Amino acid sequence: MGKTLSEKVWDEHVVRQAAGEPDLLYVDLHLVHEVTSPQAFEGLRLAGRPVRRPDLTVATEDHNVPTIDWDKPIADPVSRTQVETLRSNAAEFGVPLHQLGDADQGIVHIIGPQLGLTQPGMTIVCGDSHTSTHGAFGAIAFGIGTSQVEHVLATQTLPQAKPKTMAVTVEGELPDGVTAKDLVLTLIAHTGTGGGQGYIVEYRGEAIRNLSMEARMTICNMSIEWGAKAGLIAPDEKTFAYIEGRTHAPKGEDWDAAVAHWRTLVSDDDARFDKEIVLDASTMTPFVTWGTNPGQGVPLAASVPAPSDFEDADDATAAEKALEYMGLQAGTPMREIKVDTVFVGSCTNGRIEDLRAAAAVVEGRHVADGTRLLVVPGSARVRLQAEDEGLDVIFKEAGAEWRGAGCSMCLGMNPDQLEPGERSASTSNRNFEGRQGKGGRTHLVSPLVAAATAIRGTLSSPADL
Amino acid sequence: MQPFTTHTGVAVPLRRSNVDTDQIIPAVYLKRVARTGFEDGLFAAWRNDSTFVLNRPEYAEGSILVAGPDFGTGSSREHAVWALQNYGFRAVISSRFGDIFRGNSGKAGLLTAQVDQKVVQRIWDHLEDRPGATVSIDLETRTVKAGDGVDAIEDSFDIDDYTRWQLLEGLDDIDITLGHEDEVSSYEASRPSWKPVTA
Ligand code: SF4
Repeated sequence: MGKTLSEKVWDEHVVRQAAGEPDLLYVDLHLVHEVTSPQAFEGLRLAGRPVRRPDLTVATEDHNVPTIDWDKPIADPVSRTQVETLRSNAAEFGVPLHQLGDADQGIVHIIGPQLGLTQPGMTIVCGDSHTSTHGAFGAIAFGIGTSQVEHVLATQTLPQAKPKTMAVTVEGELPDGVTAKDLVLTLIAHTGTGGGQGYIVEYRGEAIRNLSMEARMTICNMSIEWGAKAGLIAPDEKTFAYIEGRTHAPKGEDWDAAVAHWRTLVSDDDARFDKEIVLDASTMTPFVTWGTNPGQGVPLAASVPAPSDFEDADDATAAEKALEYMGLQAGTPMREIKVDTVFVGSCTNGRIEDLRAAAAVVEGRHVADGTRLLVVPGSARVRLQAEDEGLDVIFKEAGAEWRGAGCSMCLGMNPDQLEPGERSASTSNRNFEGRQGKGGRTHLVSPLVAAATAIRGTLSSPADL
Repeated sequence: MQPFTTHTGVAVPLRRSNVDTDQIIPAVYLKRVARTGFEDGLFAAWRNDSTFVLNRPEYAEGSILVAGPDFGTGSSREHAVWALQNYGFRAVISSRFGDIFRGNSGKAGLLTAQVDQKVVQRIWDHLEDRPGATVSIDLETRTVKAGDGVDAIEDSFDIDDYTRWQLLEGLDDIDITLGHEDEVSSYEASRPSWKPVTA
């Protein structure tokens, strides 16, 4: 019997296999940021252990960093300590660091692909659940906790039980104006937040193949939101073209050897998945969330559901709590929900293509009175490129705030936070209670819906303008 | 790591499903660079509510949390595990856990006992009838017990063999792996030369 893509990648990384033990996997790339690493470096220090492979490790500052005045010392003393701790740890242990002010600083999942470090067939880990993003290149990439960060720093390996495999096949073509974000939100509403638990998921089918690399990253990014261990997409010509020429991409003969290997990274025709889901892209529409987990979503054209719409008693209770928290009435058309802040950014939708899409919608228009639009590029390089293309001017002329790179309002660890009761339309990935600021209310949307919402002041798509 | 064999303690019924790690500890509490002191942030948004279960005096000594399905989904922050441990919890019982949270718990020495939702329901009912009652967890035999006599609840729980062994022995993962150093080195020697390096 053949193997699935994820089985091939997994098997290539097994350092040790023994009955009754999880496989010991080799890690090709370890991404590090300031929030989940200090206790891991501290652990190494206490045990007198070095970082085994600083040359397979890279660090950046993203979660905490301010997006205004980022060239000045960080005002919040606790955030500053955390960032400074990363700087001193990186220096002490010899780990390369892209710090604030460096063109390669940015959200950890944006800079990996941007630097060409993310390549097919790799194993990639980071103390961050959205590490699944890198699966878009045909890598097995997943989030780990701080004890595991320490383990990888010390050994460059990780004991892992082999997950089950699932195929999500998305047939057909996405209609105009419907994006990867809508696709993945539709999928999560379909499976629920626990639907992928215990699986490495391969996304495939015509609709996935037609997506750009950036859009594929949006899909894989949200794998964790339906509980999957990781999500990946078989590499193809688009993948190779995206990587070629980047700083850390193989060059010359190495490039040929690498591509020859990458071409073998597909699921064999006779491979068996433990589970399969099939979706039809042609029926999809712009999709938004109404609740407090990413599975609580509906088409933009629909209305806020009532708890009684849910057959499962737990779902009904969860819906009731979510509606109360979100301050929403069942039956309200989604399009009538007024939004205070629109956030365009994050590792889900903070890449150049996302900014271009949002800019095209706001160009020549103005943000609605009483609404603010915050645009936060995913990395310093994305910011520079956008400025080269004049996108910053388009946003500023429309009345938006143009910021420096970082996680920002995706999780509100820096000053970019919602006020209690404030409502956002956000291109990020989590609408959990308080995620964007205590008491804040989040609707997850695509960059197109975000931009149109900023212009109309209520949840909207470009077609409504 | 402190070994875990058996534990009996006051159990706290948390009647909520999908308690993600942002609820367990919001991001603003993650800025410390040490491993201690995270109890302040535990369930921060709910702690202001005087009726929240952890604010009730009967549960002041709580060391076992009994939660609804999908506990610990979302962010990978191990601070969620530390917050529970710093507060005094030794174990969490639920019918389903977020994967990363469960992995983190095993590494940090917090037991995650997975039981059927029906069992969770019975334990909740039991605890709410007798606030401050204890639950016993035996990792050797993989059983949870609450109450006695005819109403006693006793059931087995799921945990993978390897994590169970590690918890029972209080073993550090890194030491185990460093024992296989020769295998790691020989794997490294066979890696293709075109794989990227960061420096
Ligand atoms: S942008 Fe948001 S989801 Fe992505 S790494 Fe930063 S905080 Fe996490």
